[in-house]
Amino acid sequence: MAPEPQLPETRRSGESGYLLPQLFRVESRRRETRDIYTLTLTAVEEGRKWPFAPGQFNMLSVFGLGEVPISISGDPARPGHLVHTIRAVGAVTRSLCRLERGAVLGVRGPFGTCWPLKEAEERDLVIVAGGLGLAPLRGAIYHALAHRAAYGNVELIYGTRTPEDILYYKELQAWRGRFDVRVHVTVDTAPPSWRGNVGVVTRLIDRARFDGPHTVAFVCGPGVMMRFTVQELLTRGLTLDNIYVSLERNMQCGLGLCGHCQLGPVFICRDGPVFPYSRVKDWFERREA
Amino acid sequence: METVEAVLGAHPFFKGLTSRHLGAVAACGRLVQFKAGEFLCRDSEEALDFFAIISGSVAVEIFTARRGPLATSTVGEGEVLGWLWFDKPYHWHLDARARQFTRAVALEVKALKEACEADHDLGYEVMKRYAHHLAVQFRIARLQLVDMYGS
Amino acid sequence: MPEYFASAASHLPLLVESLHRRGYRVLGPTVREGELKLEELAAATQLPVGWVDCQAPGSFDLKRTETPAYFACGVGQPSLKNYLFPAVVRLFEARREGAGWRLIPTFMEDGPPPAFLGIRACDLAGLAVQDRIFLKGRYVEPLYEKRRRRALIIAVHCTQSRETCFCASLGTGPRATAGFDLVLTEVLEGERHYFLIEVGSPEGAQILKEIPHSPAKPEEVAAGEALVGKAAQSQTRMLETHGLKDFLYDNFENPHWDRVAARCLSCGNCAAVCPTCFCHRLEDTLDLTGEVAERWRLLDVCFTVDHSYIHGGAIRPSVRARYRQWLTHKLATWVDQFGCLGCVGCGRCITWCPVGIDLTAEVQALKETAAGGK
Repeated sequence: MAPEPQLPETRRSGESGYLLPQLFRVESRRRETRDIYTLTLTAVEEGRKWPFAPGQFNMLSVFGLGEVPISISGDPARPGHLVHTIRAVGAVTRSLCRLERGAVLGVRGPFGTCWPLKEAEERDLVIVAGGLGLAPLRGAIYHALAHRAAYGNVELIYGTRTPEDILYYKELQAWRGRFDVRVHVTVDTAPPSWRGNVGVVTRLIDRARFDGPHTVAFVCGPGVMMRFTVQELLTRGLTLDNIYVSLERNMQCGLGLCGHCQLGPVFICRDGPVFPYSRVKDWFERREA
Repeated sequence: METVEAVLGAHPFFKGLTSRHLGAVAACGRLVQFKAGEFLCRDSEEALDFFAIISGSVAVEIFTARRGPLATSTVGEGEVLGWLWFDKPYHWHLDARARQFTRAVALEVKALKEACEADHDLGYEVMKRYAHHLAVQFRIARLQLVDMYGS
Repeated sequence: MPEYFASAASHLPLLVESLHRRGYRVLGPTVREGELKLEELAAATQLPVGWVDCQAPGSFDLKRTETPAYFACGVGQPSLKNYLFPAVVRLFEARREGAGWRLIPTFMEDGPPPAFLGIRACDLAGLAVQDRIFLKGRYVEPLYEKRRRRALIIAVHCTQSRETCFCASLGTGPRATAGFDLVLTEVLEGERHYFLIEVGSPEGAQILKEIPHSPAKPEEVAAGEALVGKAAQSQTRMLETHGLKDFLYDNFENPHWDRVAARCLSCGNCAAVCPTCFCHRLEDTLDLTGEVAERWRLLDVCFTVDHSYIHGGAIRPSVRARYRQWLTHKLATWVDQFGCLGCVGCGRCITWCPVGIDLTAEVQALKETAAGGK
């Protein structure tokens, strides 16, 4: 059985703070792409920190409108600032993407399991992200680069639709500028001004350098992309236990109690969202599960 | 000055060919190079050559009225570009533009076809590799069709 | 060997009075507006005396009867879930304050502690299942916990089964074995009308002291146990659970799902009346001034398309997938999640399904189809 990521403390009876949002204020809002924005939040309560492990998510509330699960994209070494990258697809996310500096919203969390950064030490680390899937992985990348010596090869593979959809452009350039990590970026289609790769992200796995049997992979992106990425990684010698994915379902309570996020026997919000692929393969590959 | 045979021998697509077969393939080829911006082939031209890229980068583009030329893949060192036709000459449905200085081996498709007819063992070896290349291209194309990043 | 006491049925009102004196709100079955409800009782006379229910797939009828029995009816729609995990709960209020908000939690608001009277073994089994979900998981459900700890339960062994009952095959009834403070067996023998009483807790023992009672005679015990035994034997439906989880895991694409789907209306009645179903959704509202926001917790069912909606579409758009989700969860994935079966054999889903779908029959049909039927 694959090692489970470290879980947050079990909340004992008598406490119920996890039902009530904590108040946070928008420090800044940055436009990433046409419909994706990154918010940086600080607690209304002076000095309050929000420790989290990369891979976890918070439930963000726009009071009176609704609440949505958004992965935490910040640097785990800086828990005083919460960073969330949000795509405006519905009423609540559109509202979040329009919040100005100083606006107050609610935060519940952190919930869920995290990327197994400890387990990946002393092995090659391959991170494959598709589209917005880079957001839940960013904290893991920060951690791996801050503790670079603990890992073997570190390869970051990122694919998205077009050059305009590239997330965290500056960060990608900064990471690429380092001599101890390889960054491969590709887009599905591009105008002539694009100098980088064009083609599906799974092709870049061919070019990445890692020793399959001694590698751990973190994969996050659209379901289709993750399935094909897993297949490619298996041909390179990884096992199902060493490929970790981050799954998504309709999450509402974050506590494993409301029932919406179930995938077969697992609750994505509580047993995930990060899973070793071996644990979810059967149900993930079923239709309408 | 390197020979076509030496260069093809080092290319992944032709890995594993016997030296006799490699020689037969090399006889159909010539070393070519393209400056940045030059086209290896253009839409609706006859597909006379099949390219094995040695170094550099080629953008495979389709021209759309609304968005101009759109690259759907890039082909680089160690990869191939082209169609091996049998019955009638194939006409390119895309443009292939060198994005930087690019060196390749251009294999004349008609000559390669004749060499395969003359030696069926060679034919089978070439077709095996070509069939695998096509299968991979189809898989990639389907994934791109699905537009998996769309919400 | 359980220790039985006996008390005349005429003493039941004293029991209710004793509960009121202890500050409890007494909740029990009652007939109101032609329905069998589970509501607050001012006195024992409000129990459904002179009524009996007739249940079948897709039908529930209440009939008048001559019998003076207090507990002749089986279970109606409501179960303990209605009180311990209410369908509508306001979690908090948020009031605008300057540029920010002030949160006022409201979910722990509660009245007097409940004393449930007339709870059946299947519902006690349902309670045990919900305890695992709400008390034994990583996060505790605080309102459920508060009401649960304060609740007193006086249970009743069933002496008659309905056509839709199948607790005996699951081992969850008709005899209640745990989870009660007191449990009664109602016996009518000729002119005699009495209760056998077993004590389940120290508080139950205290309450028993407040009504006249005596150690039960062997023939009284025999009469009571015979009635409960007959209730078990008379059940016609059953659910075979051996290997059921793995069977359902392996039969995700069984053709029979299509046949159930053709009948199922995806109305969600079954999930709504099930004593163990726990899905709920969260809804935020804003008042007209825009100054006061509220968050509500509302009971939900997995039969809606919305239930599995995620930006762009539903994961389970077809009725087939949704019925399969409910049944597979109830009888298979639940076991991996909570270490017990999600079904307690109460039969409510069969009774209250508008088209009379019977999950025991559907499981049987799935097995037959898998074994090579069509």
